[in-house]
Amino acid sequence: MASLTLRINNKDYPMEVDPQMPLLWAIRDFAQLTGTKFGCGISQCGACTVHIDGEPVRSCVTPVSGATGKSITTIEGLSADNDHPVQQAWQEEQVPQCGYCQSGQIMTAAALLRKHPQPSEEQVSAYMSPIICRCGTYVRIKKAVSKAIEINQKA
Amino acid sequence: MKPLHNSLEPSILKKVDRRSFLKISGISATGIIIGMQIGCSPSKKKDSGIPFSPNVYLTVNSDGTVTIVAHRSEMGTGIRTGLPLIVADELEADWSKVKVVQAIGDEARYGNQNTDGSFSVRMFFEPMRKAGATARMMLEQAAANEWGVPVGECKAKNGEVAHEGSGKKLGFGELTEAASKLEMPAEDKITLKKKSEWKFIGKSTPIVDIEDIISGKGGFGLDKKVAGMKYVTVLRCPVAGGKVKTFNADKALQVAGVQKVYEMPFTAFPGGINAPLGGLLVVADSTWAAIKGRDALEVEWDFGPNAKYSTADYFKDMLGRVKSKGQVHREEGSVETSFKNAAKTIDSTYLIPHLSHAPMEPPCAVAHFKDGKCEVWAPTQNPQGANDALAEALKIDKANVTVNVTLLGGGFGRKSKPDFIVEAALASQMSGFPVKVIWTREDDIQHDFFHACSVQRIKVALDNNNKVTGWEHHSVFPPIGGTFSPDATGPSFDELQLGMVDMPFDIPNISCQSHEAKAMTRIGWLRSVSNIQHAFAIGSMVDEIATARQMDPVENLLDLIGSDREIPFDKLMEGFGNYGEPVEKFPMKTARLKNVVKLAAEKSGWGKELPKGHGMGICAHRSFLTYVACVVHVTVGEAGKLTIPEVHFAVDCGIVVNQNSVKNQFEGGGTFASSLALKGGIAFKDGQTVAKNFDQFEVARMQDAAKEIFVHLVESDEKPTGVGEPPVPPFAPALANAVFAATGKRSKELPIKMS
Repeated sequence: MASLTLRINNKDYPMEVDPQMPLLWAIRDFAQLTGTKFGCGISQCGACTVHIDGEPVRSCVTPVSGATGKSITTIEGLSADNDHPVQQAWQEEQVPQCGYCQSGQIMTAAALLRKHPQPSEEQVSAYMSPIICRCGTYVRIKKAVSKAIEINQKA
Repeated sequence: MKPLHNSLEPSILKKVDRRSFLKISGISATGIIIGMQIGCSPSKKKDSGIPFSPNVYLTVNSDGTVTIVAHRSEMGTGIRTGLPLIVADELEADWSKVKVVQAIGDEARYGNQNTDGSFSVRMFFEPMRKAGATARMMLEQAAANEWGVPVGECKAKNGEVAHEGSGKKLGFGELTEAASKLEMPAEDKITLKKKSEWKFIGKSTPIVDIEDIISGKGGFGLDKKVAGMKYVTVLRCPVAGGKVKTFNADKALQVAGVQKVYEMPFTAFPGGINAPLGGLLVVADSTWAAIKGRDALEVEWDFGPNAKYSTADYFKDMLGRVKSKGQVHREEGSVETSFKNAAKTIDSTYLIPHLSHAPMEPPCAVAHFKDGKCEVWAPTQNPQGANDALAEALKIDKANVTVNVTLLGGGFGRKSKPDFIVEAALASQMSGFPVKVIWTREDDIQHDFFHACSVQRIKVALDNNNKVTGWEHHSVFPPIGGTFSPDATGPSFDELQLGMVDMPFDIPNISCQSHEAKAMTRIGWLRSVSNIQHAFAIGSMVDEIATARQMDPVENLLDLIGSDREIPFDKLMEGFGNYGEPVEKFPMKTARLKNVVKLAAEKSGWGKELPKGHGMGICAHRSFLTYVACVVHVTVGEAGKLTIPEVHFAVDCGIVVNQNSVKNQFEGGGTFASSLALKGGIAFKDGQTVAKNFDQFEVARMQDAAKEIFVHLVESDEKPTGVGEPPVPPFAPALANAVFAATGKRSKELPIKMS
């Protein structure tokens, strides 16, 4: 057990945890932010995707000790008012079905557009394919990514 | 056994006084409250002990808001939006002032809540309309009384009632008190809106949960937390039917955060869907401690009767069995004669492995057992089933069990089984803590109620005139009933009605037969159930027939369906269930099936010149009373690399409630089906699943799925039917047929291997 502090969505969360515990469980069980989801535990589905210093990571395989002193962003911190271009686009295209994987999809898409504001079709597929949606919303995710690019351009 | 069929009794609408509403709903409300009695399982709902037990509530509150109780579970189909939309449309509610509240599980009050079988809209469309219309008429009457004008001059519109002549208006909130004192209109006096007046039904409306979902606030089962809650993982025997022989928890208890380890007794195999598999419960302060503690357990298993289960051997057995005569379920003419006189025969066998549901949210539940009462929060498709299972497992009265329904992170049939909720309740009872049971993905995939592995064999006879004269279909798979009883030793007639015996082709000699197969793991229903294997075999064989007849596949398909007629399946077979609906109410109309075939062909540009390596395939399949045709367009590259540039679904589900949700179900259903068509299956070796997580049980990702899925809805005045499951069955055969068109190679086994 170790005392450590995570900085999540610009807020400090001190906690007493096993340093080897995956960041996912620190975020969910200790910081009580449940928007980040558990899907596989082995970095196969991407439901747990968060940003660390702006980079998308799979929090289910990232030890909590590796995230201290860094800036973690979860879905709850992506925007103040659901107005991130990706969130807007997700609403406009009505992407979600059950919605469980969508935090991971949205966080991944947000990271993609930060890195590649004008991604090619291949880049979209390469970035988004690791994130499983069992309901199968991929067609709408693609449309929503295109929509988010448009929203970005207008802004 | 799964109730595949639910019959619907006439609805009875009742006005509810505020006090009894509070008593039975727990929802505070003022104003006009309309409840409905909708019987769905007549044998079970009698003598509920409550004089009036309405199952759907519509409350027009004095502040002008409208509260609608959603009594069905939301797992992504949009039902929490769809049913309230129907009510709101008839009510003329202002949708922005509608609040949707999720019902707890309670059969006496809400009737059937088992969200399963694609029947929510089919079953509740009319009752929901009547509830909305009743409240609208009462509000109009209250306004008429207030103004002293004939009610015919008062019209509700968008949350207000307006007087035609004077232009006077009153909001619903202002009228609700007066309206609540009026008698309800008799059921035969309820006037429903005309189709041309619908403002939501048939249009596209966003789902009510969208903002919560995109902001991470959606309340799924895994997100539930109660004060003082502990976290629980369960170590279950990797072989279904196995049990703990000995165990040592010393190392587990040394893991920081682990509180206790308990043995959860094994019950039986088969043990039904309520009983957990048994095993060892690890109670800990965090999910991670519960996982680490479980890893540290030492256990010796008695693997039990299924220790040798091997799907490789099981398939060999099934392949042998379909060669002989089986139990006949539908017979017309003489297939023997047709084969004796045949100019040509086709004989093909189709294989599909076990499949896992793998909803992205694995099974999980929060339970708090205290003072002889138990409250749970769970992502369940069937809160009433959970209620019964919990009462039985905890040996307490059902009245002392409360099942709260969270959002479901996917269901697909898995979450209609309450075993995981019972685990949570037992863990709470044993430990004394409120607990959350979490299934890891390895738990989910290893201990699922699997879609049955199956073999289908179809023999077809063609005569000298190139006509199909004989159709002999053999179906074998371990039945769902095998999860409940050791006596279930082959597909039930219920399962065969899912796409096999309701085959719609106009062929003079037909024989549909099943063969024995005993379940050696837990079998369950997965989205569209045995329609999956039956549609794959039939849809593939139809394409083989087209090749044999040297006909265009669409032309061949239309020819096989034959003339416009209603097929009297209930006269052809005794006990035909028709998905719980009378055949005369929902007849199989061949014209509707042919219509979707033509629509899919037209919209997909069927018959157009395609480049080398491209192919299009078609399949039409009616399931859950919804007619679907699917055209899949594939490209196959040099190294066998398959892409799906386009899919076209043509759908006749009668009246469409929410286009947005219907289209989403088909887009998603096509992708769900591409998983079983192209990606993973579940094999067993030594009684255990070979795959344990998504690295081995692969599902479709964006790169695998269709690039575009077009959904073409038939404009229809027919009664609405469901869309949760019907997208799945025709996709895989259409895909296999497309691969054949592109390559000349036919895949008769799923998942299709391209190399």
